[in-house]
Amino acid sequence: MSIEFRKEYFADERDDNLNEVGKPTQRQDALGHVTGRSPYFDDHLFDGLLHIRCVRSPHHHARIRRIDTSEAERMPGVVRIITGKDVPHNLNTLLSLLDFGLDDEPLLSDKKVAYKGEPVAAVVAETERAARDAVAKVRVDWEELPAVFDVEEAVKPGAPVVNEVYPKNLFVYHGRYDHQKLRYGDVEAGFRQADRIIEGRYQMSPIEQAPTETCGAIAAPETNDRYVVYTSTQALFFSLDTTSKLLKTPSNRLHFIGGTVGGGFGGKVDSLHEPMAVLGTMLTGRPCKYIFDREEEMQVGAPRGAERWYLKDGVMNDGRIVARKFVGYFDSGAYTRLSSYAIIKGVGHLPGPYTIPNVYADVYCVFTNRTPATAMRGFGITGVDFAIEAHMDKVAHEVGIDPIELRILNAYRDGDMKAHRRLAKNTALIECCQVAAEKAKWPISQAASQASSLRDGGGERGRLPAHTATDQNGLVTGFTAQSYAKKSRATQPSATPPPQMARHESAPVTPRVEQPRPQPVQPASAPPPPPAATEQRHTRFSSISGLRRR
Amino acid sequence: MAKKPVQFRLNGSEKAVFVDDGQNLLDVLRRGVGDLTPKYGCGQGTCGTCTVLIDGEPHLSCLTLAETIDGRQVSTTAGLARGSELHPLQAAFMDGFAAQCGYCTPGMLMAASALLERNPDPSREDIVEAISGNICRCTGYEPIINAILAAAKAGGARRYG
Amino acid sequence: MPVKVETYDRVEEAARALSASRSARFLGGGTLVMRAVNAGDQSFDTIIRLRDPDFRTIRMQGDGLVIGAGVTMAALVANRDAAFLATVARVIGGPAIRNMATVGGNLFASGNYGDLAVALLALGATVQLAGSGSRSMPIDEFLRDRDRDRHATSLVQSVTVPRPRDPAAFRFTKVSRVKPKGVSLMSIAALLPQSGGRVQGARVAYGAMGPTPLRAIAVERALEGQALDAAAIDRAAALAVEGIAPPTDALASSWYRAEVAGVHLKRLLAGERR
Repeated sequence: MSIEFRKEYFADERDDNLNEVGKPTQRQDALGHVTGRSPYFDDHLFDGLLHIRCVRSPHHHARIRRIDTSEAERMPGVVRIITGKDVPHNLNTLLSLLDFGLDDEPLLSDKKVAYKGEPVAAVVAETERAARDAVAKVRVDWEELPAVFDVEEAVKPGAPVVNEVYPKNLFVYHGRYDHQKLRYGDVEAGFRQADRIIEGRYQMSPIEQAPTETCGAIAAPETNDRYVVYTSTQALFFSLDTTSKLLKTPSNRLHFIGGTVGGGFGGKVDSLHEPMAVLGTMLTGRPCKYIFDREEEMQVGAPRGAERWYLKDGVMNDGRIVARKFVGYFDSGAYTRLSSYAIIKGVGHLPGPYTIPNVYADVYCVFTNRTPATAMRGFGITGVDFAIEAHMDKVAHEVGIDPIELRILNAYRDGDMKAHRRLAKNTALIECCQVAAEKAKWPISQAASQASSLRDGGGERGRLPAHTATDQNGLVTGFTAQSYAKKSRATQPSATPPPQMARHESAPVTPRVEQPRPQPVQPASAPPPPPAATEQRHTRFSSISGLRRR
Repeated sequence: MAKKPVQFRLNGSEKAVFVDDGQNLLDVLRRGVGDLTPKYGCGQGTCGTCTVLIDGEPHLSCLTLAETIDGRQVSTTAGLARGSELHPLQAAFMDGFAAQCGYCTPGMLMAASALLERNPDPSREDIVEAISGNICRCTGYEPIINAILAAAKAGGARRYG
Repeated sequence: MPVKVETYDRVEEAARALSASRSARFLGGGTLVMRAVNAGDQSFDTIIRLRDPDFRTIRMQGDGLVIGAGVTMAALVANRDAAFLATVARVIGGPAIRNMATVGGNLFASGNYGDLAVALLALGATVQLAGSGSRSMPIDEFLRDRDRDRHATSLVQSVTVPRPRDPAAFRFTKVSRVKPKGVSLMSIAALLPQSGGRVQGARVAYGAMGPTPLRAIAVERALEGQALDAAAIDRAAALAVEGIAPPTDALASSWYRAEVAGVHLKRLLAGERR
């Protein structure tokens, strides 16, 4: 395998005397893989293993009037039937482990279901077939409710309430707003100044990670009053702590073994299987396996969520983008899982790798009666990048500029201020565009091919906007922020921003741009720095923030 | 539930197990005789990760009624290596980074070994066809195809057991 | 209820056992029945298995080919007399599926499966049922009644296929989302015998365009008696979904199928290789 190093770019930033980096290395798990001996979770055999299968909702949205398990309990091979009342703490949200968001999702629903396939009972049986046969005999008395599947329909007044914890079908950010805000400069002023306004609407459907190994876990009683758990999880301690919370069991009684995963792509972080398997073991005293079959993996397993984006650009006739406004909707499905966090991540990324002096975003995490969404490869960024880049092509077409040159013209450069108020460093969009154009034999102008991320950045472009327009739109009441982020802020003395993460503390390479110390930006001939800089600062660096209901 | 005796050869050695009615071969191999190399991916015949050879031809063990293998020969990835000496396909998969998560690998190896037994000098198209019933989600098919080509060059048809 | 397996050595015995129970299924290669067992299908509790070697043979009978219902797709591909069907059998599944899936089973495949049955329908095959109700019927009739449960208790013993005199008169195409192999978004088979430069006895069949493989009657009528020229092909393609209501499934919407059916039909009729 050969790797192409482009020595002409950033040559002084790379140390080529490395022992491992840049050289092919045998994977340490390769021998296990080719001999079929790598130990996936299901490759652990237990005598007397029991099998768990869930009773699932055939409806997208329904109230549960009654669950009758009596006939199922009498089926041959059935050892135990589990319902919501058997789960010690039957309400959770994954990010509660980071003190972010409210518990909103039961392990086994007992009042209502909000997506098709939501589990309401689990059968523990001697064989998988016996479990399936008994599942077919559980009678649920459903009261079907109107369902909503579109993010913009779900936020209209009078829409069915999907998730009772968030009655407006919107996640609440920072205890204050029904959306995540980004305000940088004055986007309306930018639009007035622009030669033209170019708008676009972009959306993407949910995407299933579709790992070849389906999600699952096996739990078994261990000595010392512990439970051993073999799991396909991608997030071992996440799963461990979620199990500990749902089962009200100290984590030192849980012995989790993972690490060998048959494909994940983000779809194996939701920690649904481990608590169920351990609960089955607690209730029966026997080893229990809970695994999705392929149909469940596709229907019930959480996908990358759907997104819809509205983009509005203020563009000068020469192609410079002077204002960009986003309104985004993430379809979280019925419960929060990781969508609220995906938005925080996505908004930090706006307006993409471009330097635009006025940026605005309102991004909503919306609950609908669809399968809850979760992580998948760059989630939070991928969807909006698709929207941004499709929109860049549209802008290029409408302004009549080569699409690659438009990107180079607007690209961020070292020393530029980004909308999340950090200076850009180690930027390389311009060079990526140049290499892409070269490889595609796509002609670009001499000016574009001579542009550099190292030049013409900073200065004027490195200053915060003179004025940032703010608002209280989407203010909500009844929620309060009491988060990890806020607590840590409270312990910060005054307005000093938290120390930045030193990415390469021992690396021989220094970043091309030093982050400014917290002193105010030097006013030059440019408009003065914003007087409200400290006002801004208290939300600047919180990447995650939580909320609690009063 | 009635149990039925089934005798078959697995990678050259005689096996005798009792199977349940309706039980599939994948389950019998994994839980009945403890050969964990074939994997469950779908139970539907879509993914190919449970592929084994029955009398030398690739079959999906998850769709094979276990009792139908009575008296037949079953080969799995567990039988590819001879002691610590890897089969040329295994060596080529290692050298060519053809196994990322490794979950589809046993099925790929069985599909590829059936091909090389029949056709020691396959074209790229032959290989694509031979693994067309095997889904890979992370390695990507190119390294796998290249590894099978490399194994063929290295004499991948030599049979063990 | 756990599944019970009954194994028989003679077709008549298997047919009798099958007809005696509405909750029994006949096991061909397992690609349909074992899939249903794995999914916990509650509609049957008995699997009927047959070990008769005759069930897996292919033989010539006059102008036709008698194919045992237990013949696999791989066996069909390997049989010289069945060369005209090899192009169809070869695009069904990967090698493992073809080593298992049977001709008889394909007649019962639904949804995006059952490509061979589409070809057999275009070729005007007849289906032989075993047992006390032993009889032969046109495949059209068999498929029409298949899902009305009339054959759930009948054992298909063999299929007799008239071999096309001119091999070029039979054409087949399969449209998939996945290359090189995927299930059918639609498949189209056409038998277009020509006499004096004009089509006589056209039979055109679709797969995945309805609950069972079905004939495109309007297309057949448009082609009948015509020279297979661009104008005739255009007229036929315009009628591609006349009288047909294509289904919506995970692969495509009804609208999409209706939109593209004419395009694929036109390519097939014009003999364009894709």
